[in-house]
Amino acid sequence: MLAAFVSRLGQMALVMFGISIVAFLIFFATPGADPSARIAGRNASQETLAQVRHDFGLDQPMPVQYALMMKRLFVSRDLTSFVNRGQKVVPTVLQAIPVTLSLVFGAAVFWVIGGLIVGVVAGATRGTWLDRTLMILSLIGVSIPVFWLGEVANLVTQSRWHDSFLFSWVPPLGYIAFTDDPWGWFKALIIPWFTLATLYIGLYGRVLRASIIETMQEDFIRTARAKGIGERRVLLRHGLRTSLVAFVTMFGLDFGALVGGGALLTEVVFGLQGVGKLTYGALQTLDLPMILATVIYASFFVVMANFIVDVAFVLIDPRVRDAH
Amino acid sequence: MLTDAPLLVVENLCVSFRTEGGVVPAVSGVSFSLKQREILGVVGESGSGKSQTLLAMLGLISSPNAVVTGSVRFLGQELLGLKRRALDAVRGRQIGMIFQDPMTALTPVHTIGNQIIEQIRAHERVSRAAARKRAVDLLDAVGLPSPGSAVDRYPHQLSGGMRQRAVIAMALSCNPALLIADEPTTALDVTVQAQILELIGRLRDEFGSAVILVTHDLGVVADVADRVLVMYAGRVVEEGAKGQLFREPLHPYAWGLFGSIPPMHGPRPSRLTAIPGSPPKLSQMPQGCAFGPRCVFRHEACVAQPSLGGATGHRSACFLPEVGRQDLRRTLAAKAVPA
Amino acid sequence: MNNQAQSDARRSDAISSAAVAFPADLKFIAIMDKLSGVQTPVRSRRGAEGPWRTAWRKLRADRAAITAFAVLVLIAAASLAAPLYARHVARTDAFATNLNGEIIIDGQTRQVLEASTEGLGLGFTPLGPTWDFGPYMLGADNQGRDVAARLLYGGRNSLLIAGAAALICLGLATLLGVISGFFGGLVDTLLSRILDVLWAFPIFLLAISLSIVLITQSIAIGPIEIRSGSLWLPIFIIGIVYVPYVARPIRGHVLSLMQAEFVTAAIGIGASPWRILIHDILPNVITRVIVFVPLILALNMMTESSLSFLSIGVQPPDASWGTIIQDGQGLLYSRPIVALAPGLAIVICVLALNILGDGVRDALDPKSSIRVV
Repeated sequence: MLAAFVSRLGQMALVMFGISIVAFLIFFATPGADPSARIAGRNASQETLAQVRHDFGLDQPMPVQYALMMKRLFVSRDLTSFVNRGQKVVPTVLQAIPVTLSLVFGAAVFWVIGGLIVGVVAGATRGTWLDRTLMILSLIGVSIPVFWLGEVANLVTQSRWHDSFLFSWVPPLGYIAFTDDPWGWFKALIIPWFTLATLYIGLYGRVLRASIIETMQEDFIRTARAKGIGERRVLLRHGLRTSLVAFVTMFGLDFGALVGGGALLTEVVFGLQGVGKLTYGALQTLDLPMILATVIYASFFVVMANFIVDVAFVLIDPRVRDAH
Repeated sequence: MLTDAPLLVVENLCVSFRTEGGVVPAVSGVSFSLKQREILGVVGESGSGKSQTLLAMLGLISSPNAVVTGSVRFLGQELLGLKRRALDAVRGRQIGMIFQDPMTALTPVHTIGNQIIEQIRAHERVSRAAARKRAVDLLDAVGLPSPGSAVDRYPHQLSGGMRQRAVIAMALSCNPALLIADEPTTALDVTVQAQILELIGRLRDEFGSAVILVTHDLGVVADVADRVLVMYAGRVVEEGAKGQLFREPLHPYAWGLFGSIPPMHGPRPSRLTAIPGSPPKLSQMPQGCAFGPRCVFRHEACVAQPSLGGATGHRSACFLPEVGRQDLRRTLAAKAVPA
Repeated sequence: MNNQAQSDARRSDAISSAAVAFPADLKFIAIMDKLSGVQTPVRSRRGAEGPWRTAWRKLRADRAAITAFAVLVLIAAASLAAPLYARHVARTDAFATNLNGEIIIDGQTRQVLEASTEGLGLGFTPLGPTWDFGPYMLGADNQGRDVAARLLYGGRNSLLIAGAAALICLGLATLLGVISGFFGGLVDTLLSRILDVLWAFPIFLLAISLSIVLITQSIAIGPIEIRSGSLWLPIFIIGIVYVPYVARPIRGHVLSLMQAEFVTAAIGIGASPWRILIHDILPNVITRVIVFVPLILALNMMTESSLSFLSIGVQPPDASWGTIIQDGQGLLYSRPIVALAPGLAIVICVLALNILGDGVRDALDPKSSIRVV
């Protein structure tokens, strides 16, 4: 068990290493313009370019450049932006993480509950109008671009119906720290949570329904029914419980992906100063060091989430537990 | 104890499936009854409707396209059309069921102990600890080694034979009056098979359960059954006490069935007789006797559907005259033996 | 339902564990049956309907999928007609700014960009929708351009990028997946590791990283020069980010096919690796790939619009549905139609693709044939 854990940890480190290499290659070795020009941003002076070349070791071999970059990201953490002169990149990213986590955690609560309800109800009432309605809604849910849904939500809650009793409570766009005002935090985030969760409720509902329907054809479901334990118990304790494996895998991956940049669009639309918004701002100003930092940090988040999924897997599926 | 009153009476049970090609019958007009503590063997080829009959009795056919008609009375109570809650009071409590493939019959994510406890607690108001203790006892009774630790094992951690024992323990957990075993040994090794059969035979003695044992293995039936039901193409073609039916089978299909086993005594046949042809497709059932197209003795009468008839205790569904039928059988058997 | 075809499909499924039976497989099944002594009437098999035909028949019977397909064809046709619309209906250049334009509506001359009447009266509000089949049917954007015409042009780019990127993605993924699964060994290990890393790389960040370095400057690779505004850049970026998502399942499928008995049988009777690859592996892989087509198209469309919305996809003055939503963001409260219309177009397209995807999967998967008759 411990050996398996350590070996997974090793694999995780390898993947992180791989990702950092890919990111490095994209930023420093893409054919075309001089990387120093990219890093220094638009209209950089000759001195700035020379300084960048020196700071990033661009006149030295690739492995040295890579090592230097990693050192500045993780050890000395002194990577600075060239757009906002002197702004230390790494602390800025770390400051933005709570915002992103707040957004993704809340949305995750909604989508797990929503996905479970949609999936179980549709799976249990398979073929009825309820099932069909839920599946049509889910399909629409997965077909809406999140940033557009966010704009529609803003249009409704901030402008068109903002003065009606329905949405007069919605605060202006932006983030309110939980530590400052928990109720404000909740009010500011509830619309973004729903917006972000919509896609995933549809997705998880569909996947769970399919998985439950498949599981309910299994022999062990017949055994469970023969035990005389009632259909609800058969569905939840045997059908759903066995189907959860796929659900948990997906959850881990999606959660990681959202924390690692997937929530960017939602943050931009709702003006939440998270890691995604930071990346977006950097995109607009071509602030490459900032993008570099967010990409690497966020990727590592994703890899870590994958690792946690693997561990959770062991907890929910005894078959996997023994495979180690 | 009402030993003479039948435990189970099945009358005219029919199962059919709606398909895009029309309605396909899987079981047609199956009737039989079972006494307390009796072991009934049901034999027939794969696809002869044995399993569907059992599943239909307990309302376990989940296909939305299945149509089940007829009557299944258990201790006087009609099971077909029973509300789910009332049915659940019978299933698992008074009727236990063992399935064909122990590898897939247990939910993979729960320990076998929890699965047994779940069944006990669904039917009796006992504490978890008491149920667990009973689960351990049951596992011990069915011969699972070190039941105290096996109770916390997951299905995949046990061998096929062990799993089947666990399934049997589960089926027995509420002391059912009737145990239904659907090919319980088919998926197992021969040695394990013998142990499981011995166990099922012992159940009647120790737990007083009646047993319906479905199999396509005649040897299994010969070992444990009191009475035998032979099924072909969804119908019962012959029914009788084991000794009588094995000694003097009445239906030409049964002749073929027994002809395909090497005899233990007497001259060895040069080759085993196989029944020519193959069972009819359910969607293309022949008119009249379903065995007709494969039967050597087919004659004009066979265009009609024969009904189960004959002396009480040993009946068959065949138009051949009863007198002299055994001579026909011997002639047929003699052909297989070298002169 | 043809029962024979169904039972054939199921039989081959049991034997090959492949999703769909192919004529090539059926041959081996016949051999296997003979070896195992199972009597199979060969005649009824010949009379059976081929799996492709079965799939096609099922798909045609799926009304939702056919409707979805018709909607997609309509949208594609409308998008192709964008230049015609711009010239004859909107009578404008969809790409030129028209800040001081005027237009006569109901006999009144109006500015395309009118002085704002809201707030402090600063800035301009573009013309709202006229809802007439003519100039500015959906109004103007903040550069005075005709939104309806741009919507059609944008649709062209969105569909083109989604389609071309899907070709790249599926082609590359099939190639990598098959090579990796079929040849195994060192090649497999190497490819799998690379795919693992790319798979763990968050799609969005990968796309952003690629976009930021590629889109800002033109690239010269040998004699080919790709200019920074070229559509090839989003096509290329979107085409590669989903490769691991398709390549990994295809590799897994090839691996399971290699274990299947009909392949073992083929090896047993001395078929060459190439023969096995072409006759047994590829036909089975192709069905998997086909199932992916609508889904990847839908994903690509979403990704393209997101990247364009972030201004790292299609570059102005070129349009795509994503860039129009971006244009409309500033006008959201005053002229919401600019952002709503392209978003709705995306929703309809992606929804149609998803419905089509469900239909194709159901049609190609024999297991899905369990349904209430």
